[in-house]
Parts: sequence; structure tokens; C-alpha cells
Amino acid sequence: MADKFKWTRKHLLGLRDFSRQEIEYVLDTADSFSEVNQRTIKKVPALRGKVIVNMFFEDSTRTRNSFSIAAGRLSADVVEFTKKASAISKGETLLDTARNLEAMGIDIVVIRHEAAGTAKLLSRSINASIINAGDGYNEHPTQALLDVYTIRKHRGSLDGLKIGIVGDIAHSRVARSNIYAMTKLGAEVTLIGPPTLMPPQVSKLPVKVSYDLDEVIEHLDVINMLRIQFERLASNPFPSKREYSRFFGLTDERMQRAKKDIIVIHPGPMNRGLEIESSVADGPNSLILQQVTNGIAVRMAVLFLVSTASK
Amino acid sequence: MKKNTNELLIKNGRVIDPLNGIDKVADVLIKSGKIEKIGSISAAQADVPEGCIIDAAGMFVTPGLIDMHVHFREPGDEEEETIASGSAAAVAGGFTSVVCMPNTDPTIQDETSIEFVHRMGRQARKTHVYVMGALTKDRQGVELAEMGLMAKAGAVGFTDDGNGIQNAAVMAKCLKYASMFGLVVSQHCQDNSLAGGGVMNSGYNSTILGLPGISPLAEELMLWRDIQLVKSIKTRYHAQHLSTAGSMDIIRKAKEDGLPVTCEVSPHHLLLTDDTIEEYDTNYKMNPPLRTAADIAAIKQAIKDGCIDALATDHAPHLESEKELEFLYAPFGIVGLECALGLYIKALIKDGTIDWPRLIAMMTCNPAKIIGIDSFKGSLSVDKWGDVTIFDPNEKWTVDVNKFISKSKNCPYHGWELEGKVKYTIVGGEIRYRDCGTNAR
Repeated sequence: MADKFKWTRKHLLGLRDFSRQEIEYVLDTADSFSEVNQRTIKKVPALRGKVIVNMFFEDSTRTRNSFSIAAGRLSADVVEFTKKASAISKGETLLDTARNLEAMGIDIVVIRHEAAGTAKLLSRSINASIINAGDGYNEHPTQALLDVYTIRKHRGSLDGLKIGIVGDIAHSRVARSNIYAMTKLGAEVTLIGPPTLMPPQVSKLPVKVSYDLDEVIEHLDVINMLRIQFERLASNPFPSKREYSRFFGLTDERMQRAKKDIIVIHPGPMNRGLEIESSVADGPNSLILQQVTNGIAVRMAVLFLVSTASK
Repeated sequence: MKKNTNELLIKNGRVIDPLNGIDKVADVLIKSGKIEKIGSISAAQADVPEGCIIDAAGMFVTPGLIDMHVHFREPGDEEEETIASGSAAAVAGGFTSVVCMPNTDPTIQDETSIEFVHRMGRQARKTHVYVMGALTKDRQGVELAEMGLMAKAGAVGFTDDGNGIQNAAVMAKCLKYASMFGLVVSQHCQDNSLAGGGVMNSGYNSTILGLPGISPLAEELMLWRDIQLVKSIKTRYHAQHLSTAGSMDIIRKAKEDGLPVTCEVSPHHLLLTDDTIEEYDTNYKMNPPLRTAADIAAIKQAIKDGCIDALATDHAPHLESEKELEFLYAPFGIVGLECALGLYIKALIKDGTIDWPRLIAMMTCNPAKIIGIDSFKGSLSVDKWGDVTIFDPNEKWTVDVNKFISKSKNCPYHGWELEGKVKYTIVGGEIRYRDCGTNAR
């Protein structure tokens, strides 16, 4: 079934307009790269001679290093661009930066930026393939892909699963990309958090909304905990950390009332004790570290696929 | 056409002069730069120099169009636009008078700057350039600017445009002080605490695009507040570029209550919604932002009901390199002078929202009254300035930003097919613009 489908996307900007078939194709491709990651020599020559620029304007531990390792396993050359060490500090614009790097001969740009739409802006300004590694509050497609990959690996399919996404939905690109990926794969998604952290007109999205975690947790098959992002918020949308964790934290106590086989995922980094208790994060229901491992295979798949479309 | 004189006979056009209730085919005679007569006038009777007769058959002849909200970026940002280039763009759009906003660098907030703008406008010898001075020093919304001295220098009103006056006490003080001079106080209604650092309308589209949104309440709350102040401090008040359905209700009520309140609307708020921001194209980024279809419908209804006084472009030039940034960081604003008439026709005439006299009124006698130039402009009464716009209401043309006279080309209208083309723009009897396109005579 996967061989009849032809991958045409030169860029991975977001999942909002992806079809179910396209998402499944990425996951199937990730499966084959997963196998590579079991070998002793974890390398294939698929992208040998290609140059991949990791263009990161925001800090990152998982996404950046995961793309680096993924690119290396595909035998590509990786260039690490960090905003802090670049001529951005001298006032150079994003587009001038991209054009200058392009003049050096690059094939793929993996971009993370604090402003929504930057991946799209780059895709119409330079010739390289663009992969969105997170743009403002808009999307973080590879995170959602590795999230659904992890769930699928564990459960076989997402059809009919009830998934809760908890936290600062308004400012979360992970939430948006997950809403698209999960609903397209047949899951029922509920957004959970205080009203002050819900985006405008959220009910127009294909999701349910709840302000009461205790009411919904017993029904969930998967719970995706988002980090409360202090560094993004201008003023506090909730009164205190302890009040937040009391009402929306994933505690041991709440886990007692959840399904025995509920899956716990988190994109990281975690605020241990705030949105998630350590015992839960490190407990038997948690697939948090598997997410990170799976991230390599998923990102190898994405890098590989966009490079095939460019031919 | 021979060399510029200030005498013209314009024959056979459909003359639409809303202030005087004229809408008929007639001839217009301009002598010594002033309107002398409207009626049936032969060339012999007119006694104008050779080459000073325009045959306007099939065209509309109206008082010179007025745009009371433009940004000409001088002093300070001359690479974007100068008073000279902006004036030239204005006459190409059919405008014989414009009002410049004071958010330049330095701010236009003293008599010297007012005189500077007037002088540069005269030198350019295109459109007649008027200017509003700042309401508060550096438009910071704290201390009053020298409104008295600016009034004496000929300012036609005061505004902190770009910023709204956040503090109610300061706004009350501005209204009180300005009342001494009989000039209009013009507000960019935006409560910054509700605008929340937004870059587009707050709603479903801002949610799925992941951009911070500007709530409609940011405009409506300040508008409502100002109306309450005007109830007790009866100074003439003008609300700039209104964009929401809620604002329409507030304005309607204010007018029903007989308050000295006027308002304007921009072409993009009649034609574009926030659905256009899909691709993060910054040509759709302006302030106030594009809203929803429901807001457009409410604004059009308000225009139909006569609640909107004037149409104004808010012509805001920016270089390509300035707009070519992330949507979050790109400056707000688009240009519009050179296609404004066609856009208004598309938005309001084509679907029958209003008729021609009403459209022309919103571009001539109404803005003239607001800025206090109605004793000599805005209509074709005898002895008014010979400011006339002649346009072909049926001529179809395609917007080509590369042909714009303005230094800046930032707008979403490139490639738009419009109907309604300016053929002649006449200021004080002098032809300051003539369409040299394929259909020119």
C-alpha cells in the first residue's frame, strides 16, 4: 500500500493540510529507519553529499540534536547555525541570512524560530527544502509525527483512541500540530486547561474542550502533558504554580483514577512537579523517553522524504 | 494639452457635486483657478486659451477627491516616500487634497514642522498637502503638544495616529484644550492592553496561524470611552479607520445622540478579511487589522445608513525589504492612493451598496467639512478652488504595483482587475495629472 503512494512534498511546513495517507506514509518510512537504528553501524548513505542546515533561533535540546543525529545517520553533512552566535546580532535579517547560506550550497534547512510563518516565508524565498522545527505558536510537525508514531507503535493504531492534551494550548505549536495529526489518524482529541490558556474560538477546531482534568482523565487512553512556558508569557494567565499543578498537574493520585494502560507522553522539557510528577514521568505508563528515541527515526524519515521530492 | 494655465473648460461630463445636489451632464468652467460656472458653456463663451478644453464625454466630473489620512514619511523616512513622491501618487489616484499624519521622525508637533510640510507640498506642486499635528508630545500620550501654535500655522486637526491616547484623563485634557481652536481631534482607537502585542485580528484565523491577535474590543472600548468624553467635552471628534461591527454600533448611537462625531473607513476594511493571511504575506498586515466577513457587512451597512462620513486610504508606504520580514515583525501598513477609487467602486458601487453621489460625497464634501476646508474646497460651488477630478467609471484596468508612482509598492492589490480610472486631476485649474494610458485622449 505504501508503494502506490507518491510523496510530492518538497517542504514540511506543517500538518494542517496533510492527508491521513501522507501522515501514515511518514510513519511507515520511519519504521524502516527504526530498523537502521538497531544496527551496530547506524548509517545509510541515503543523503550522502547533501548539506543540511540546522537553523535554530530558539534554544533546543531534543529537536536540534535529534535532527543532527538523524542527518548524520543518513550520511549528510550538517551545519549548525545558532542565532546567538550569528550576524543576526548585527541586524541581519532572516531572509538575508538564508540567502547567504543558500549561496554556499545547501539542500535542506531545518528551521526553528519564535515567529509563526517563518518556515513558510523561507520556502518561498530560497530553493532548499524547508523543514519546520517549530515556528512561534504555529506548528511543530516533527514533534506531532513522533508523538503519533510512538502511540501507534505501542497501540497499533490511533483510531478511536481518546487523547487529552493538557496545558497552555494557546501558545503551543505542539498542541496545534498534534490536533491535526491525531484527529486525521482517527483519534478523538480533548484539550484541557484553564480558559485563560485556550486560544480564541478554539471550539471551531475538531476537538472537545474541558477546563476540568479530573472529569475527563478516567476516559483517556493517551494523555499528552504540555510544559507551561514561563518564558513565553507576558503576564500570568493563572495565579500560581501550585494552583496550576493542583488543578492540571498529572499527579500519582490522578493516575490512580485513570485507565490502567493509559499512555503518558510529554514533548519535553518537563517542569517536574508542575505539570507532571516525577513518579509519573518516570513511571510504567510513561513513553517519554521512547518519544525521544523514536524522534530520530521520524526525523530521518522526514529528511529523506523531502529530499526525494526535490528531484 | 498646452502649458499649464489655471483656466479650463470641461465639457460633456456627468457632473456629480453632492454638496450642491448636482448630478447631470454639464460643462464646468474654471477661470483664474476658481470654479466660475456649471451649465451649458460653449467654447466661445468660455474664452479659455487654446488647448484648455477637455472633452469629458462618458466620464464623471467631480470636485477634487480628498484623502484625509495618508502617511508621507517626511521628515525621517524619505526612502519610503517623500511629500513630493506621495503628492505625485495622490494626483495619480485622483486626489487634489490629502491630509498627512504626524507620525514622522521627528514627529510633526510644532509650527516649524507644519510649515515644512506645507512648503514641501507647495514645491511638489501636485496635490494640495494638508497636515494634522500631534495631540501629545512625541505621541506618547502624556503631555499636550503645541496645538495652538500648530493651529496658527495651518494644521487641520490633531492626532497621535499610530498610537491611541491610552489614558482617559489625558484624552479629556486633549479634547478640552483642542476645543479652543475649533479643529478636529482624530483618534486611532486602540487600547494597547487589549491589543496584546497582536499582529492580526484575534479569532479563529489567529488561532490556526499561531499569531497573537488584536481583539476587536481594543478598538471598540477606546471608541466608546472617547464618545462618553465627547458627551461632556463637546469638541469635534473623528474616529480613524474603523474596522469592526461593534464600532459601527457605537458610531451609530453617537450620531443618533447628535454628538459632534465623525469617522472614516479604509478600502481594505471593505474588501479583505483575515482569511487572506493564510500564507503569512505581510501585504495583509495592517493596523487596525483585517477582520471578518461579518465586520465588512456591518461596515457596508453603516455606510448605507450614512453613519460613515469619509473614505480614507491610510496610505502607509514601506520598502520591500522592510515588509519582507517575519509576519510577527514586519511593519503594519499598505499603500493605496493610486488604486483607491477603483477599490471603493469595487466595494460599494458594484454591488449597489451606495450610489455615485454618496460615494463622491464621502470623498469630497464630507472630508472637506471635517478638516475645515469646505469654504473653499470639496464642492463645485462658484468661487471654490478649481479642484476637479475627471474619471472614467467604466474603464477596466489591472493594478500593476511596478507602475506605481509612489516610492513604495507594498499592497495586496497587484493584479487586481478594477473598474474606474482617473483621467485628469486638476488643482486650482491646473492639470496636475493626466492618464497617459491607452485610452487617453
